Amino acid sequence: MQAKINLPDPSVIKEELINKYPAKVAKKRSKSIVINDPETIPEVQANVRTVPGIITQRGCSYAGCKGVVLGPTRDIVNITHGPIGCSFYSWLTRRNQTRPENPTDENYITYCFSTDMQEEHVVFGGEKKLKQAIQEAYDLFHPKAIAIFSTCPVGLIGDDVHAAAREMKEKLGDCNVFGFSCEGYRGVSQSAGHHIANNGVFKHMVGNNNEVKPGKFKLNLLGEYNIGGDAFEIERLFEKCGITLVASFSGNSTVGAIENAHTADLNVILCHRSINYMGDMMETKYGIPWMKVNFVGAESSAKSLRKIAEYFGDAELKARVEEVIAEEMPKVKAIIDEIRPRTEGKTAMLFVGGSRAHHYQDLFSELGMTTLAAGYEFAHRDDYEGREVLPNIKIDADSKNIEELKVSADPELYNPRKSEAELEELKAKGLEINGYEGMMKQMVKKSLVVDDVSHYESEKLIELYKPDIFCAGIKEKYVVQKMGVPLKQLHSYDYGGPYTGFEGAVNFYKDIDRMVNNPVWKLIKAPWEKEGAGSLEATYVA
Amino acid sequence: MEREGLTINPAKTCQPIGAMYAALGIHGCLPHSHGSQGCCSYHRSTLTRHYKEPVMAATSSFTEGASVFGGQANLLQSVETIFSVYDPEVIAVHSTCLSETIGDDLQQITKKASDDGKIPEGKYVIYASTPSFVGSHVTGYANMVTGMAEQFAVSTGEKKDQVNIVAGWMEPSDMREIKDIAKVMGAKIVLFPDTSDVLDAPQTGKHEFYPKGGVTIDALRSTGDSKATVALGCMSAEPAAIALEKKCKVPFETVEIPIGLSATDRFIMALSKAAGVSVPAEITADRGRLVDVMADMEQYFHGKKVALFGDPDQLIPLVEFLLDLGMKPMHIVSGTPGLRFDKRMKEILERAPYANFKLGMGADMFLLHQWIKNEPVDLLIGNTYGKYIARDEDIPFVRFGFPILDRIGHSYFASVGYKGGLRILEKILGVLQDRQDRDALEEKFELVM
Repeated sequence: MQAKINLPDPSVIKEELINKYPAKVAKKRSKSIVINDPETIPEVQANVRTVPGIITQRGCSYAGCKGVVLGPTRDIVNITHGPIGCSFYSWLTRRNQTRPENPTDENYITYCFSTDMQEEHVVFGGEKKLKQAIQEAYDLFHPKAIAIFSTCPVGLIGDDVHAAAREMKEKLGDCNVFGFSCEGYRGVSQSAGHHIANNGVFKHMVGNNNEVKPGKFKLNLLGEYNIGGDAFEIERLFEKCGITLVASFSGNSTVGAIENAHTADLNVILCHRSINYMGDMMETKYGIPWMKVNFVGAESSAKSLRKIAEYFGDAELKARVEEVIAEEMPKVKAIIDEIRPRTEGKTAMLFVGGSRAHHYQDLFSELGMTTLAAGYEFAHRDDYEGREVLPNIKIDADSKNIEELKVSADPELYNPRKSEAELEELKAKGLEINGYEGMMKQMVKKSLVVDDVSHYESEKLIELYKPDIFCAGIKEKYVVQKMGVPLKQLHSYDYGGPYTGFEGAVNFYKDIDRMVNNPVWKLIKAPWEKEGAGSLEATYVA
Repeated sequence: MEREGLTINPAKTCQPIGAMYAALGIHGCLPHSHGSQGCCSYHRSTLTRHYKEPVMAATSSFTEGASVFGGQANLLQSVETIFSVYDPEVIAVHSTCLSETIGDDLQQITKKASDDGKIPEGKYVIYASTPSFVGSHVTGYANMVTGMAEQFAVSTGEKKDQVNIVAGWMEPSDMREIKDIAKVMGAKIVLFPDTSDVLDAPQTGKHEFYPKGGVTIDALRSTGDSKATVALGCMSAEPAAIALEKKCKVPFETVEIPIGLSATDRFIMALSKAAGVSVPAEITADRGRLVDVMADMEQYFHGKKVALFGDPDQLIPLVEFLLDLGMKPMHIVSGTPGLRFDKRMKEILERAPYANFKLGMGADMFLLHQWIKNEPVDLLIGNTYGKYIARDEDIPFVRFGFPILDRIGHSYFASVGYKGGLRILEKILGVLQDRQDRDALEEKFELVM
């Protein structure tokens, strides 16, 4: 791929990024800052510890487990076991929208539940308080499920949340209670929490209800958390195409749907980083293949719908998908034709997530904008370089601490949805099953790829490249904007969205147009500060 | 239903975020969270959402190894990295539930950092113990402010003609207003911490990593020579005043954060006394303007029932202000525990024997909501999370406290002093009168109000 604009010499820039660091830190960081070549993908150091003292974007395992994966499902009572802070900060801050089918349906999204652990519990143990909290939550709400999330001190004092969960599940009888050992210190980022969440949801929820519900072309949507209503737009498209969504993991989802997920015939994965474990485990246990899709970007959405139709191989579905695309695209085209002249040739940087920094490049490219540099906050090498590097990834001490579930084919429920021959045939048609090619193949030569970018590096990158827009999260938002560069939040979408599908693409084009062409960026300097303003004082000298 | 195990919709958060906020009020300071990355990330995110401003802070990035073997190596490495990359004047370290549970001793580790030569000449590392399983964000703030006093204040034996004002948890706008009031009164003060010009920095096209505001280290050192201290708030400010008295024998008086008429009166008198200055006519005129509006608009306040949630040092003077306005504070919760808080609030509530008041464990917004359902109110005052109750119960809502995530204004327009009182009145009147207009029958829809 060729860049549309002239990129500065990336090796010089790389040097600038690390030369202020102490020698050891510089050495470590240099392995996470690589110059891209889509033809021969270089190795990126990823999923390793952040150097203490470096201002990082990263969060913790609890944030990945409770905040990201479990938080969006509306009818689980999520109890944080620990001091009050963790539950408070993860309370409604991720914009997981949810739409109960009936007004009386359970919905705990707006609630925050905590055991509010005190010093006495840290000294004498908090299990008793936890069990009491579970009982009280049950008495008040009678939920279908209660999940418990361990925060840092819980693991250290040795509270056994799993035993407490088992005991309460048995005692309550009609409520599924399960725990997650997602203490903040586990792993090196949110990523550990995703894995822990996948394990728990797989062990305690998936497969609980074998009822095969009616519907054609049944699939699960994995790694879609319905931020800003993204899942609603995908649901709309599925419905229009006649595709049956069994369960979402986990935006706008329910306990019932997830328990029934293994009756689907395909898993489509959006956020590879946070949910690929689930895809693999369901494939092994139930024989459901997974396929990487992307509903960020109009072209990508069309492509993903076609891939799904191809997988099911049904002529009627394929025709319907084409009809839907033909119906949706003109609206998108009309908007992009209007906007693109104002965005063409502009540049972007994306440092966010474990998936978004890849997929949002599609939308920028639809706007005619080049991605100069990108990187993830908590991804692994496979998210950069593609899953083919999986066998070569070194398992370090931090990853070893995260449980790998031993999964085998279910003696009764294992049912390969596609035969080996059929899978081969799909592959021949270009359908990558159980695969993901990563971010870097899509990025231009000489662009920079930076894993776990630090605050210092971000500021340097902006100084050196002067991008027209920078994409990251809330912590970076106003830092970057103070530099006179608009920042698009790709965790919260700056409270806009949805950005998926065709309607989402239109929303994004409009937002980016508004941001990069906003008059405010030209108003920063006062008239008297501008070059050539001269001295105002002398004008009216008598 | 009485709950003992479960907190639902808390009216507090944890100590470290208070310590981080306080540390931002020192000029050239980088707050540092000694714990897992998540703590630092969550605190920075919450403060950023509240201020719409950069909030810089670093973390010890604990992993499982550090949690088992102790976090000393992580903190030492942090100190080295921070001074070489971010070059602050001072690093203000606060602990977390994680580092406290494993027993890391911040005093010992910072001493080791110093002994090992990791702290450059003329630079500082201060610390505060803020385990999340004790107190709340309010006490965390107090602990860091106390740390500033204990670790910086020096008594040279030569008294200075200045008064310390320990800022309780206030907005940058409020801190600016306190400094303005002192200036008008001709009182020389050292205000600490001071987040004005830090968390309300102007757009210049350049990111100032250390914005121009914040109390300087020289000023903090000089607090030991001040002739007196006025602490604003028994929970968030007094502990630092006590520390100064102990270390440097600076006498202190604690008054409330000057929210509303009576608390501002007491603050003005305390400052006048401590600084040895008289109250100028300008201040009396400001007061007069506030009383004037209270008198002119009394009909809209009188008898209106109010539910509130928030933090001790704001709630105490605010409830008193509501009573001065003839309003009825019906339900009050705060997740922050504290004997002084309890005692003072109960004193004020002697004027409101009907009020429900609960603090500490179990005093959460779920309880408040139940109280409101049992006895409805005309107005809800609290942080952004109140919007869910306000919407459910269709109650006019004034945002006040921390955090405010969905509106701006708090960082720019003060709520303290007489002028701040006017702003509070304007906000309360705004929602009450909008409600009256919305609900009025066509023939009762008033032009003049």
